[in-house]
Amino acid sequence: MEQKIRILIAKPGLDGHDRGAKIVARALRDAGMEVIYTGLHQTPAMIVEAAIQEDVDVIGLSLLSGAHMTLFIDVVDMLREKGLEDIIIIAGGIVPEDDIPLLKKAGISGVFGPGTPVEVIVDFIQKNVKK
Amino acid sequence: MFDKKTLKEINEKQSEWEKKYYQPLIQKHPERRDKFENLSSIKINQIYTPYDISNEEYLKHQGFPGQYPFLRGIHSTMHRGKLWTMRQFAGFGSAEETNMRYKYLLNHGETGLSVAFDYPTLYGYDTDHPLARGEFGKCGVAISSLKDMEILFDQIPIDKVTTSMTINGPAAIVWAFYIANAENRGISRKCIGGTIQNDILKEYIAQKSYIFPPEPSMRLIVDTFEYGFRHVPRWNTISISGYHIREAGSTAVQELAFTLGDGIEYVKAAMKRGLDIDQFAPRLSFFFNAHNDFFEEIAKYRAARRIWAQELKKLGAKKDRSLLMRFHTQTAGCSLSAQQPEINIVRVTLQALAAVIGGTQSLHTNSMDEALALPSEKAVRIALRTQQIIAEESGVTHTIDPLGGSYYIEWLTDKMEEETYRYFDRVEQYGGVISAIEKGFFQREIAEAAYKYQKEIDDHNRIVVGVNDYKTDESVNIPILKMDEKGEERQIKRLHDLRKNRNQLKVERNLEKLRKAAEGEENLMPIILDCIHSYATLGETCQVLRDVFGEYRESTVY
Amino acid sequence: MSDSLALKVIEGDQRSIARLITLAEDNADEAIEAMKIIHPQTGNAHVVGITGVMGSGKSTLIYELTKAYRKQGKTVGIIAIDPTSPFSGGALLGDRIRMMELAMDEGVFIRSMGTRGMLGGLTSSVYDVVEILDASGKDIILVETVGVGQAEVDIIKISDTTIVLIVPGLGDSIQTLKAGVMEIADLYVINKADRSGVEQTIAEMQSLVDIECSNKKRKTPILLTVAKESKGIDEVLKEIDMHKIFLENSKELAQQRRLRYEAELIEIIRKRLMNFIFDEDQFKGTVDELLDKISKKKLDPHAASEIILDKILK
Repeated sequence: MEQKIRILIAKPGLDGHDRGAKIVARALRDAGMEVIYTGLHQTPAMIVEAAIQEDVDVIGLSLLSGAHMTLFIDVVDMLREKGLEDIIIIAGGIVPEDDIPLLKKAGISGVFGPGTPVEVIVDFIQKNVKK
Repeated sequence: MFDKKTLKEINEKQSEWEKKYYQPLIQKHPERRDKFENLSSIKINQIYTPYDISNEEYLKHQGFPGQYPFLRGIHSTMHRGKLWTMRQFAGFGSAEETNMRYKYLLNHGETGLSVAFDYPTLYGYDTDHPLARGEFGKCGVAISSLKDMEILFDQIPIDKVTTSMTINGPAAIVWAFYIANAENRGISRKCIGGTIQNDILKEYIAQKSYIFPPEPSMRLIVDTFEYGFRHVPRWNTISISGYHIREAGSTAVQELAFTLGDGIEYVKAAMKRGLDIDQFAPRLSFFFNAHNDFFEEIAKYRAARRIWAQELKKLGAKKDRSLLMRFHTQTAGCSLSAQQPEINIVRVTLQALAAVIGGTQSLHTNSMDEALALPSEKAVRIALRTQQIIAEESGVTHTIDPLGGSYYIEWLTDKMEEETYRYFDRVEQYGGVISAIEKGFFQREIAEAAYKYQKEIDDHNRIVVGVNDYKTDESVNIPILKMDEKGEERQIKRLHDLRKNRNQLKVERNLEKLRKAAEGEENLMPIILDCIHSYATLGETCQVLRDVFGEYRESTVY
Repeated sequence: MSDSLALKVIEGDQRSIARLITLAEDNADEAIEAMKIIHPQTGNAHVVGITGVMGSGKSTLIYELTKAYRKQGKTVGIIAIDPTSPFSGGALLGDRIRMMELAMDEGVFIRSMGTRGMLGGLTSSVYDVVEILDASGKDIILVETVGVGQAEVDIIKISDTTIVLIVPGLGDSIQTLKAGVMEIADLYVINKADRSGVEQTIAEMQSLVDIECSNKKRKTPILLTVAKESKGIDEVLKEIDMHKIFLENSKELAQQRRLRYEAELIEIIRKRLMNFIFDEDQFKGTVDELLDKISKKKLDPHAASEIILDKILK
């Protein structure tokens, strides 16, 4: 069996800062994963649709504009509605310390803020995806 | 500056010195690195001498401030005559909250205003648009109508202080809000001063807050140039930016080359319409980053001045005022750490110092908490004080271009200019700036540089204090700015009331006039102003333009 | 399990389609089981392969074609293939970006795939994926391949209609697209036809087609599009349709499909053989021994292969 970890990297909302998302996408590719990058300006519905069709193991949400509490939780809720709770959701960007526990409670498995070495993200995914 | 014989002697003596002193020492005690490079991967030698700048002719290449080629400064007094404007970028939540922050900053000594807008506004959406969900006021102030602009500047003397607005896609419309608000307050458009960023090319390249495709966007920009020099003469109708290109991950050389390249493209576009270069060029301004490598940044600003003057002269500018590269600087946001945030104050200080010594006309210093959230009052006050200490206590402003004549700085300035012209050639091969954007040239260069930088950090070949070395376990204890939770509700109600109470027929007529004009070739500013005066909202006005111009879709480059 | 999965795919359940595709890509046993039920349900979809160098606008063309097909009421499956890194085994699958809103239409299914080490531009499991989408009821399947040029000849094996995309002004691009690639086209599309140099490109293509098709039943059409502006799209749809009719009338469709199955069969066998020889623990030892001998010049590769094949066929 030739199994690859498939991950969707998504930019929800209007935030146009994609430097980090693109670097992470590239690093995950270098770690042997298949990375589908959605590009900018995605609605939660578009992200969930892509996650279904691409049958991804992980969704990585990147947001620096401060709208994370609304948009990240929208994505989590929509996935739950569709019965897709087995997909791991991780987040990056600018998320204040206080918001992290709330996001985790909502279903986000890991929040990787500024300064996180890329290998930490790779390790987390490899450890948590059951393959 | 030195005669040939002496230069030859210096060069020979340097070889001797290397053999006798330098090499033996590094055999015994190697240098800390195999090679020293700056952030643009330019190799830096252990020492620079007159020999390294032997081709320099002082009067031709350096000269005096306020005189071509303006290397040492664009004015003959620079900071001795007038300090740079202390202009802190600010905005969050609703217009009321931001208005209070502006008053706070002015009270604490800032000398110019700078508006940050939220994402819906940046993309030309009203607060109640579905795509605005969750984004209201998060990274800037929400401005959906003239009413909001009135509140934003309530009790602020906009006839005495200038305002810079970081807005690009809908820049013409937001500018119209500002002009209309001033006029409603009895302040003539001839008197108001400020800047709109209005630099769409770098949006496609880096910041990504574009709306329309390149051609109609350029048309709108030239419309603003024209309207500006005819009717709003104290206004800078563009701030050609490198800040965002740098933030997206480019090197200093790329920041320099891509920004000036964009600038030249704008000049050409305006000239193509038949505008006289000496009429609009004096109101072109620039916006650079102040990043970590102290001397590289200073060399960058100097090279920028000389290159811009040279290029505009080539394009036919006759007046000195058309050749001046006037710029605003912001310290590098991407260099701030979320860990041990207090140390960001130190980073910002060094970066601000480079900008001042580099001759900036205007400066924003980041607050220490900005890797975490928008600046709290205390943090932004410290950022402002940083500028004030440099201005009043450091003595660096006692003379103009204090590092001029440094062998290293002059060598590096020349080197950066050389590399910039190399980039200009490459862009030419791609068929010009817009063609290169469509082919992803700039985006590729930036993505490569960003990836390389991150790898260096992850491999510990580049140290970021507090992040990959000198770490602590302590939890971060910085007061994070909290916004008024009722702000969004208030804003939406204000929008609804506005739409109910205005003359709807007049609005629709004006928007229809705009649609027709957008399909044609006339200057859109007067009609946009009419729309705005009748209280058409930002979203409504932009939608008309979206319908006519279409929306831009980017092709992603890693 | 694979039975019910296959049945759900045939009903058109999105999640099941996505799941089965993953299993097929991973060469899972359940996939092999499921394909037994899937295969008889195939044959209805028209498979269009689209190839061309990077920057020729494949993604944009596919976007436009899909929109046009949807207007006609047809359902579309899109397979977007990007290269897998030979070093890391990972891939950046970025074609979906242009089509994110398209996928919100329930009549459109988009799947991104990495080549996963295959040469020829087509991943080996793409045959299965085409069948899965076919069986799920898609009328049209668009396959977009890696824009590497020569290596895309394989797409002809899987497609009913192969479109080769070119852009004007690339200079010697037509020469660079070596002989093999140019011959595979059932339809040429010159995209970005608003660029300068287009007349020359048309002329070059015309003379190429004249030579190529001098003894053929059908002359390969050359179309012009500006995909970004939705220009020329309806004509492309029409030509694809006409090609389909031509294939059906001339009985070439059956022949074409037979070629696809042959290629797939060879691919499946090749893969199973390779897995067996290189992945099975007991056999890998033999291979390593033989490789040692070859390196020490005690044995030549041909003799070694005979030893391996003898062992397998026993």
